[in-house]
Amino acid sequence: MRLRLEKRLEPSRKMLILTPVLSVVAIMVLGIIIFDGLGYDGPQAVWELFFTPVLDVYKWRDVATKAAPLIIIALGLSLSNQAKIWNIGAEGQYIVGAIAAAGVAYSTQSVTGFWIIPLMVLAGMLAGAAYAAIPAVLRTRYGVSEVLSSLMLVYVSLQLLSYMITGPWKDPNGHNFPQTAQLTAAQILPHDLLGSGIPPGLLVALLAALIFYIIVSCTVFGFSIRAIGEAPHAARYGGFRSDRIIWATLMISGAMAGLAGVFELMQLSRLNLGYPSGYGFTAIIVSLLGRSHPIGVFIAGLVLAITYVGGQVAQTVVHVPNATAGLFQALLLFAILASDLLVRYRIRLSFKGDIAAKRSVA
Amino acid sequence: MGAINRLELINVTKRFPGVLANDRVSLTVNPGEIHALLGENGAGKSTLVKMIYGIQAPDSGSILWEGKEVRINNPRAARRLGIGMVFQHFSLFEAMDVVENIALGLDGSVSRQALNAEIRGVMDKYGLKLDPRRQIATLSVGERQRIEIVRALLLNPQLLIMDEPTSVLTPQEVDELFKTLRRLASEGVSILYISHKLHEIVALCDRATILRGGKVVGTCDPRQETPRSMGEMMIGSDLRDPARGQMKVEGTVRLSVTNLSLPKPDDFGVALDNVNLDVKGGEIFGIAGVAGNGQNELLEALCGERLSSAADVIKVDRIPVGQFGPTSRREVGLCAVPEERNGHAAIGTFSLADNATLTARTRIGFATQGFIDQDGADAYAAKVIQTFAVKTLGPNSLAASLSGGNLQKFVMGREILQAPSVLVVSQPTWGVDAGSAAFIHQALIDLADKGSAIIVISQDLDELLALCDRLSVINLGRLSVGRPVSEVSVQELGLMMGGSHGGWTTPAMEGDHAAKA
Repeated sequence: MRLRLEKRLEPSRKMLILTPVLSVVAIMVLGIIIFDGLGYDGPQAVWELFFTPVLDVYKWRDVATKAAPLIIIALGLSLSNQAKIWNIGAEGQYIVGAIAAAGVAYSTQSVTGFWIIPLMVLAGMLAGAAYAAIPAVLRTRYGVSEVLSSLMLVYVSLQLLSYMITGPWKDPNGHNFPQTAQLTAAQILPHDLLGSGIPPGLLVALLAALIFYIIVSCTVFGFSIRAIGEAPHAARYGGFRSDRIIWATLMISGAMAGLAGVFELMQLSRLNLGYPSGYGFTAIIVSLLGRSHPIGVFIAGLVLAITYVGGQVAQTVVHVPNATAGLFQALLLFAILASDLLVRYRIRLSFKGDIAAKRSVA
Repeated sequence: MGAINRLELINVTKRFPGVLANDRVSLTVNPGEIHALLGENGAGKSTLVKMIYGIQAPDSGSILWEGKEVRINNPRAARRLGIGMVFQHFSLFEAMDVVENIALGLDGSVSRQALNAEIRGVMDKYGLKLDPRRQIATLSVGERQRIEIVRALLLNPQLLIMDEPTSVLTPQEVDELFKTLRRLASEGVSILYISHKLHEIVALCDRATILRGGKVVGTCDPRQETPRSMGEMMIGSDLRDPARGQMKVEGTVRLSVTNLSLPKPDDFGVALDNVNLDVKGGEIFGIAGVAGNGQNELLEALCGERLSSAADVIKVDRIPVGQFGPTSRREVGLCAVPEERNGHAAIGTFSLADNATLTARTRIGFATQGFIDQDGADAYAAKVIQTFAVKTLGPNSLAASLSGGNLQKFVMGREILQAPSVLVVSQPTWGVDAGSAAFIHQALIDLADKGSAIIVISQDLDELLALCDRLSVINLGRLSVGRPVSEVSVQELGLMMGGSHGGWTTPAMEGDHAAKA
């Protein structure tokens, strides 16, 4: 007897939407089993992790703050994913975006003006896009896999960050800590924009999700991205050039990562060694969990943010280890990839030896 | 009843979501019989054959092999029973040689020397000429098919399934193939032969089972029938002959190609070598040739997927378009249908409406200023579906859910309803049943009668002879000078397709041509 995967004729639409939800439920059950097995109170750990951040009004702001960068980065990634261009280096573009914004902040420390924040945003997005242009050049000119080049550039960006905060941009009043000077009031968006109580980053994420929704579903550009991803040859016949799409999707996802970096910089108010938080990597899970659909990505971003906040809650209440949130995020990635396979394929058992037996009779 | 049937199917039924692909199909194949399986696209031939070869399992009904009921779970089991199959699309590795490819397809492991000897044995016995050490990339399509046949024969099959084997062969190669098949049959091997070419079935087969809508609608002796009578049984109505309208070739050149040369797109492609051609309004210009002689490269060069070295190499209504991409060329009026439906002419995972957007968005005008008007796309797809009688649930159906012939009708309709001034089509009726093929031919003729210039690239000589005003042959990326259909014979074309003929449209030749004209 052996297992065989058989391609389904048409993956059901309902399952495509249902499986991310089922994946989340599955890892909750799995989490209970794992933590119980490790000697913790499993049900409570899972409760604190997934439900306390939702039910406790005071945690909402934390969730929103963490969700914003995840959603902004994942929206960009969802665009390149649809073209089957795998930008694994969003973390690097996010860091470089923050460095560029910090550069603007460094040179505008003694001035004020409404133009400073837009300039930081612009610098961050351009830097992220430029950083993503490196894998784009390598891919379109020399056929280098963007998976490898973008990932490796993350480590380069970490070195650059470490150099800037220990060297040229080190805060002179920072007691020799490796960090930049605190941003001035003119360099930070008010935490309570428009009096809504929603952090500015999340408002931007919401707006971006709407824009991406329009791009993906209504524009020829969005159509061309899907076409390239599904059938490059047909896309060429349809008049779309794959090189341009590779450039566009990598630069856009880089710019979005850079944008997230700027908001996170404003959130933390300075760059230090703790700045690289892995949001660029977690956003990959967000884009997959959200099925690369802008609305799905928005919801998935909130779910992953809940695991971050809930992870801290569970740490203090149930005393589970620090790595808990990361563990759940990884489980979620496995669950979503596994369920993806089952949506597109069905498992068949086949019994070997059947024919041989029949044949010997004949 | 005397001898035991080699294969017997009793009430075999297979259902897919929304379709009854095979509905209580029964048929028998005797030892040494060449049995034709006939039917329109979507009639259920492929499904039936896939069940016999163990790729799919029947929902109900039984399969009897040599009189005993069997369950065939996979192709390996089928091969062990003695069933071999030669597919329409070959699965060969271009960069490997013949022996390596055959070895990869075998279930057990055999030493290269033993295999070499075995291959030579089979080849000698059946008159299959092929050097086992040659690399696949250097072989013609006919030679590639021989590898598949040898691979199947090495297992000493008692039943050989051939899926549309002649669609890629020259007339001479078809004759060779038929000799081999008759030889096999004379030794007692049964052959299940799937084809749309009715005259081949008349020439080759002992018996034919005709499928329509998943059901067996009749069994006949092809030698007692005419291609026409069988075609009518297949589609269940009278066949129409394509009818040319009154209007003949208009006189003004709508497409002109001058010294079109392009390097190989990749290691296994063909370079285009000084191709020259002119097609007038109202004219259907045919390009014959054995597959892999530059047909795809020519189509891509004309369609705009690859740009020419200079703008005036290709002109549509005197507008130089050589440097335009596909979208701009379509705006000028040049539309094209490539040979491969899946993944080139259409995207299987996209809806029909999205597939309409793929090529018709600018010319029909439902995607202007970068935004797609989805209602417009749906409406255009619906119009194509209705006008070309495409069997589907509607514009939201995925392209992959359509049978080959229906998808081809959709793709052809999508381009024809854009009213192109120049239409280039490759293999317009490949793998398409007789009814749909007649429909597509008529649509092409109607378009020509409205004054469009049409190029048909095809390996089906009958199609070209019936459809075209002028014919040329492509060989190794060179194109022969177009000649009126009435002046060329099948034999002559066959020789030119093999490359042994002068008259290529090199610049010098074109000069002669012009001087004469």
